Amino acid sequence: MIELENVAYSYGGGELLSDISLKLQAGSFHFLTGPSGAGKTTLLKLCYGALLPTAGHVRLFDRDVRTLERDDVAMTRRRVGVVHQDCQFLDHLPVSENIALPLMVAGRDTQTEAANLRELTSWVGLTERADALPPELSGGERQRAALARAVIMSPDVILADEPTGNVDWEMSQRLLKLLLELNRMGKTIMIATHDLALVRAAKSQVQARVLRISNRRLQLAGADL
Amino acid sequence: MSNRILDLLAGDAQADKVVPPSGFTATLTLFSAAAMGFLAVFALALSLATARLADRWGSELARSSTLRISAPTDQMAAQTEAALKVLGTTKGVASARALDQEEQRALLEPWFGPDLPVETLPIPQLIEVIEDTEGFDADGLRLRLAAEVPGAVLDDHTRWRRPLIRAADRLRLLGLVSLVLIGATTAAIITLAANAALAANTRVITVLRLVGALDTYIARAFVRRFTLRALVGAMIGVSLGGAAILLLPSVDEGGSFLTGLGFQGLHWLWPMVIPPLAAIVAFIATRAAARRTLKDMS
Repeated sequence: MIELENVAYSYGGGELLSDISLKLQAGSFHFLTGPSGAGKTTLLKLCYGALLPTAGHVRLFDRDVRTLERDDVAMTRRRVGVVHQDCQFLDHLPVSENIALPLMVAGRDTQTEAANLRELTSWVGLTERADALPPELSGGERQRAALARAVIMSPDVILADEPTGNVDWEMSQRLLKLLLELNRMGKTIMIATHDLALVRAAKSQVQARVLRISNRRLQLAGADL
Repeated sequence: MSNRILDLLAGDAQADKVVPPSGFTATLTLFSAAAMGFLAVFALALSLATARLADRWGSELARSSTLRISAPTDQMAAQTEAALKVLGTTKGVASARALDQEEQRALLEPWFGPDLPVETLPIPQLIEVIEDTEGFDADGLRLRLAAEVPGAVLDDHTRWRRPLIRAADRLRLLGLVSLVLIGATTAAIITLAANAALAANTRVITVLRLVGALDTYIARAFVRRFTLRALVGAMIGVSLGGAAILLLPSVDEGGSFLTGLGFQGLHWLWPMVIPPLAAIVAFIATRAAARRTLKDMS
């Protein structure tokens, strides 16, 4: 689905990532770990075409990202749900409409999708907060709303960048449970996190591949987990 | 183009929501479109009025000439009669008549005041000559008059009519240039406002792209707003401009060129073209600005 081959990424004269090779197979579950500033977010952005590699190849659904026109990138993003670290909502729209945003931009009628939308809002536990504006939500509620928005188009892949970064342990377990559920539905998941406790908790429930970025390179995490 | 604009105006309630209502750019676009609509009405009125004037000077006055007879008092009647005889047999002359004393007094009144005793003054006799549709040969007529009426001088108005027509044509051109400048200024202001709105909504654009919005979708949301604002603003401006034109003094009261500045008959339909044109200008300007900004943000 998503394949990186000998990818490097440089910015401002320095190389952030070097010789990265990675394949996200359908239905797989990946954790991407590493210290802050190691390049986890950059690697995720490379995985959904928000950044272009300075060397190597990134293939999204069998197409080299360099050959994609801007509209192709947009269409690809409908197949990749992204949960950003800072969630990125439209603050003037209520939560329900932020969740429905991918449907709106795809030209689908949110009225006919209303039942799905209600079900999804309930699944992430935000039924009571559906009419609230994003700035009125707590950190956990924002992350859950972002997750709901990421999955509403039923994407093949979900990329989550520090989805539990701003929430307490209980909430992070709840979010993890949602992501595990999605994986059981066949979705490919990759979570970038520096929260090793979350990784350990997940490994007891799912066969996850844990990767670590160290010295600009990607490696399988060792037995310290 | 027009279908796309109609589609755009028909709108997409869902798409309209994604861009937050903006503050100063909305007011700026509305105000500038109204001001430009107002000015466009006057530029159009000027253009149409000068076109009418040029037509009148070009057609009506071109069909009349004046024959001036300067002769001693005792020969004046004979020469006038001889001139009328020559004119009566000249091909292309529809009619010719000598102005009576009352008419000559009226012509001189602006300079000498009323009650001028024209009958006691050695002033020339004037004959008004009206051409038929084919017109007469002025040079040939001058030769005949030189032979038969030595005191007659034919003035076919060409000498003073030509610069007036040229001036009217220039004024009409000036009106059209003003309209083009108004259109260009509207486009420039709307482009600036659209750029400001796009810059202020960078975060919105980033979010929309994150969830898979095509650039055409994002651009459309902005283009629709600015097109509608320009349309509404221009409608307000044109309404005010039309009302101002209506309030100008009537031709009867003033009787000069300026009082004829208004629209006449079907010409009143012309200002109605301004709002759709403003909308088209806004559509093109905003779409270009949005495409440029979105490309730069890639």
